[in-house]
Amino acid sequence: MADEALFLLLHNEMVTGVYKSAEQGEVVSDRCVLLAGEHGFRVGQGLIERFTKDTARFKDELDIMKFICKDFWTTVFKKQIDNLRTNHQGIYVLQDNKFRLLTQMSSGKQYLDHAPKVFHRRLGIFVEDKIL
Amino acid sequence: MKSSELFTLTYGALVTQLCKDYENDEDVNKQLDKMGYNIGVRLIEDFLARSNVGRCHDFRETADVIAKVAFKMYLGITPSITNWSPAGDEFSLILENNPLVDFVELPDNHSSLIYSNLLCGVLRGALEMVQMAVDVKFVQDTLKGDGVTEIRMRFIKRIEDNLPAGEE
Repeated sequence: MADEALFLLLHNEMVTGVYKSAEQGEVVSDRCVLLAGEHGFRVGQGLIERFTKDTARFKDELDIMKFICKDFWTTVFKKQIDNLRTNHQGIYVLQDNKFRLLTQMSSGKQYLDHAPKVFHRRLGIFVEDKIL
Repeated sequence: MKSSELFTLTYGALVTQLCKDYENDEDVNKQLDKMGYNIGVRLIEDFLARSNVGRCHDFRETADVIAKVAFKMYLGITPSITNWSPAGDEFSLILENNPLVDFVELPDNHSSLIYSNLLCGVLRGALEMVQMAVDVKFVQDTLKGDGVTEIRMRFIKRIEDNLPAGEE
């Protein structure tokens, strides 16, 4: 059972690593977002496979989103999504008021630049879940 | 499903990415060690704050704290301590199971990869922050077919605080 502190440090190190590797004059943001998203995607696939092994198929999109907002989010981020909104046309907005991976960064203004990097990685985790 | 799987999967994604970025296993091993070191120098603060262990008086105490407190706290396992050198400056940690390698198989073309090398860096970095220079390496690995995973730790020297020139 891996401790949260260790996980957060590992995650932080990975995000830093992705950005360092792109420092030589590359357009930093796009490639890094892509890479960080890929990491997240791979992790997300693995998680979902294990998580849903024994559960029934999802009935519809809303079922999937509820699963993500409650069960999945709780397992990964130790709490549920605070707010879910949709336009009923395929767009869903998930709101987490205290995103676990950013809580240690939000206090200083100098960290605000780096926050998107962390977040993009996590987005990768569930962006393709609908297909599963 | 446990949230520890998130850690295992995340670590796996890291190693996979490093294998893509670097052409040979040796470079991946070095990078894992370096990242582990960066983690270790911060993790020690968390450890000292939460564990309430006092200063260790010798390497034997250090070994006990590492195996029974630190590994338990961060990875949920308690390795056993064996194979002390006669001088008391080297010992082995034997891990019956290693959470980092759950569901992992090494492909044939990565026989020199030390998959869990991050751990060596973490230990080295953490101990450096408490004034101990150590050498840490894997000598057995279940991923490579060994019966257990064995980490060998060797005490190199105590790191004295560096005083500025002119102050003795």
